Amino acid sequence: MATNTLPEQPAAETGSHAVLDVKDLTVEFPTDDGVVHAVRGVSFSLEPGQVLGIVGESGSGKSVTSLAIMGLLPPSARIHGEVNFRGRNLLKLPDKEQTKIRGKQIAMIFQDPMTSLNPVYSVGWQLQEAILAHQDIDKGKAWARAVELLDLVGIPNAADRAKNYPHEFSGGMRQRAVIAMAMTNDPDVIIADEPTTALDVTVQAQVLDTLERVQENTSAGIVLITHDLGVVAGMADRVLVMYAGKPVEIGDTDSIYYDPRMPYTLGLLGSLPRLDAKGAEALTPIRGAPPSLINLPPGCPFSPRCPMSRPNCDSDEPALRPVAGVDHVAACHYAEELAGDIAAAEVFETAEADVQALEELDQLGTLDKAEAEERA
Amino acid sequence: MADTRVPPGSDSDEAGEGQELRRTEHGVQVHEVAATTPEREFTIAARTQTQMVLRRFLAHKLAVGSLVVFLIVVVVSLIGGRFWRYGYADITPEFSSPPSLKHPMGTDSIGHDSMAQILRGAQKSVQVALMVAFLATTFGALIGALAGYYRSWTDSALMRFTDLVLTIPAIALLAVLAANVSETAGNWFFIGLVLALLQWTYIARVVRGQFLSLREKEFVEAARALGASDARIMFRHLLPNATGSIIVNATITVAVAILLETALSYIGLGIRPPDTSLGLLVSEGQQAATTRPWLFWFPGIFIVIIALTVNFIGDGLRDAFDPTQTRVRA
Amino acid sequence: MISFIIRRMVITIPLVLLASVLVFILVANSGDPLADLRGRQPPVPPEVIQAREKMLGLDKPLPQRYWHWITNFVQGDMGKTIRGVEVRPLLWQRMQITLRMVVLASIVAIVLAIGAGVLSAVKQYTVTDYTFTFAGFLFLSMPVFWLAALMKEYGAIRLNKLFGKQVVFTVGPESPNLAGSFGHRLADYAGHLVLPTIALALISFAAWSRYQRATMLDVLGADYIRLARAKGLSRSRVMVRHALRNALIPLVTVVAIDTGAVFGGAVITERVFAWQGMGALLVQGVETSDPNILLAWLMVTSVLVVLFNLIADVLYAVLDPRIRYG
Repeated sequence: MATNTLPEQPAAETGSHAVLDVKDLTVEFPTDDGVVHAVRGVSFSLEPGQVLGIVGESGSGKSVTSLAIMGLLPPSARIHGEVNFRGRNLLKLPDKEQTKIRGKQIAMIFQDPMTSLNPVYSVGWQLQEAILAHQDIDKGKAWARAVELLDLVGIPNAADRAKNYPHEFSGGMRQRAVIAMAMTNDPDVIIADEPTTALDVTVQAQVLDTLERVQENTSAGIVLITHDLGVVAGMADRVLVMYAGKPVEIGDTDSIYYDPRMPYTLGLLGSLPRLDAKGAEALTPIRGAPPSLINLPPGCPFSPRCPMSRPNCDSDEPALRPVAGVDHVAACHYAEELAGDIAAAEVFETAEADVQALEELDQLGTLDKAEAEERA
Repeated sequence: MADTRVPPGSDSDEAGEGQELRRTEHGVQVHEVAATTPEREFTIAARTQTQMVLRRFLAHKLAVGSLVVFLIVVVVSLIGGRFWRYGYADITPEFSSPPSLKHPMGTDSIGHDSMAQILRGAQKSVQVALMVAFLATTFGALIGALAGYYRSWTDSALMRFTDLVLTIPAIALLAVLAANVSETAGNWFFIGLVLALLQWTYIARVVRGQFLSLREKEFVEAARALGASDARIMFRHLLPNATGSIIVNATITVAVAILLETALSYIGLGIRPPDTSLGLLVSEGQQAATTRPWLFWFPGIFIVIIALTVNFIGDGLRDAFDPTQTRVRA
Repeated sequence: MISFIIRRMVITIPLVLLASVLVFILVANSGDPLADLRGRQPPVPPEVIQAREKMLGLDKPLPQRYWHWITNFVQGDMGKTIRGVEVRPLLWQRMQITLRMVVLASIVAIVLAIGAGVLSAVKQYTVTDYTFTFAGFLFLSMPVFWLAALMKEYGAIRLNKLFGKQVVFTVGPESPNLAGSFGHRLADYAGHLVLPTIALALISFAAWSRYQRATMLDVLGADYIRLARAKGLSRSRVMVRHALRNALIPLVTVVAIDTGAVFGGAVITERVFAWQGMGALLVQGVETSDPNILLAWLMVTSVLVVLFNLIADVLYAVLDPRIRYG
């Protein structure tokens, strides 16, 4: 497996301003079926006020990465690499120290608002708890602050609603309450792990709006993890695309969306329906499924699904290398071929229904007729 | 739906061989990608549900070991009596003797060979337990299925009834019912019947719960839309999904039945002399526990072994049917 | 909340009434109170038997007997035994004795189950976990009468030797002709309670601790626990305020459901330790086929079980805000 090292960056853009600097993070889980290589060398840096979008399918390792940063992985996980927060490697800190940082300097928002909040305590109580954990103020003041925060994220009648229990909130409101909880102590980094996945589209917009407002109020850096490219396009400054536990392309949002250099990124973009599509463009789904992370074969993990793969793709795993300026890196041997405005439909097969099978099904009629025919 | 346009034999260990390559308008070299990714990895091949359950169960060494022990005990207790040199009612000249080569489990004050008695007692207890499990499971699953599927009145009525049965302490109900059973040699059958009358309620609840949640699933709607009858849906679609819970509960029933039957026999309301049960043997042996401990220990240990192995098997089955957590090696 | 309680009570009253019908049919059809009269040699003259039947009310049709019994029962009149003893005071006296054991054993079992279950879950797959799990399985598979007998025959002697005098007793709930100060009597009760309670508690603890372990594991894997840690709360606070608080709720229901079983276990344990409690009363009722004893016994325990379930439901609603208005 090739290691991933970021290329040397010019002095002006060194991570010295970076609030979060992840270097070569690796996470493995031993299981009954073998060792799962969930994260295989992730590196990125986050500046204050910046939004980094981490995109990938389920199982690409994005959630595990975020949990590793927070130190919330189960004890059986084997973690290597560095997670530098303000110069300190979080991975080397004892749990007590990490606890002090959690919720205060680095905050996290989870995916499912239905289960993120403890059902037996009121929302206000849980916010109050978050405040009291890190600030030395009396309960009354903490409660008032909790109500203030709920108001800030757009919960109507905050003073009354604070006494409600989580099951009395709607999904979107719950997620906003969770965002409020993340904000309480003015963190430097907010990690949002699929914050909108479990919500309806209209509610998604509200929640993202809230996140943006949070970012304006604080100057926190946000790591926005999602599989939804549309969400990322609206909010992120930089994008990191993950596949099979590794970043396969990193760059500014515009570069990634208009000039993708890794076939996987191209395929992802092509599988999105777009409102601004000119005429009738067919979608290009990516055939196949992500590889198992237990027995990864040598070579590029995307190769079996890649229309551009060549024999050496199956033997040499490509490293991240600059492809369009220093800021845009991709892990593909043939990234040059994708330069320019290449549409996904050009490289990937467009989706088609199996017309032949549909016709046969039509002729079959009801189930009984089909069984009668089977027996005949 | 396999993509029939991929040339046959393109086992893509060598990607690029035998695949049509073409250049796109911008000069990108591409080829067809198979709809299903061929196996490049040594991953776990797909298996049927039964195979997976079996595989998971066999990985539980404790459960498998218990299964072996349990089967041995069952076989020995069901037919062992025929091969042993003493019958359970035989009186031998050695009385009150501790375990020896001639009498591996000692004898009682009259001269009965303990081993023969324990074999007989175990036979009765195992017979009762297996019968209870079979009857209670069948009846309980049926009731639970009907209640869970038809809901509303059927469900309410059936569930009120099971609530009722569950309210009254089992031992009391059993005592009253069992008092009616005559003291004949075949009374183990009736004791089993009485026990089954109480035990079916647990399985009914479980199956009902399963059916209630399963029947909301889309495949039931689909089946009904295609014209499947109620009976067909229940038996072909819903029941197989509830099999796991049914089997697990059936094993629990065996363990509970053994404990209840021996308890009944202990207080004298279960299997009665001239026949014997492990519970009866314990009560008889208790008086002499300090002077002739073998009469007290052996029957008790036997009960524990049977119940313990069954419980381990049940636990293994439960894990095999629903492994929500993969075991992580520390 | 009040409306919740009232609603639950309204549902349970028909249940209890239905139970009474079932119980009555059951008892009326099992056993013959006059069996020994009928089987006597030389044969008892039929007029005597008829007179007896009339006295016990057995000559009337079943529904009438039921009505007669239930109307009296709800007013507190539980009739007399075959021998003519008033059932209600007898039942009450026996109940007090048995309840001592049942309540104490339940409390001990609950405490043990929570401790073992939580420790097992937190230290999953370690030696602690395996030890508790094995203990749980062992006691789950042990017949209560055997365990009680073990304690009686072996435990008592050892313990008394250890202390040099008789601290634990194995016969009856108290020493005969017990008198003296409250403290002295309490010590005597305690000495008699120790062994039976331990036996009964160990059996109940086994099932509940397995359940508690499973529940705790479920809770520990929940998202809100992760969020609580992500908020920067200490491990202990998360464990107690968040995990335990949620994990204890289902236990309430399980304990309530098992009330009947604990009672059943007490019946057997009493037999081993020769307590003259509800167990002895039940056996007496069965052996003499005494309908009034059996009816009263079954009804009272059913009502108790139903009551405990109701309390559990209310407790559950108090602990879990989600079901308060359901």
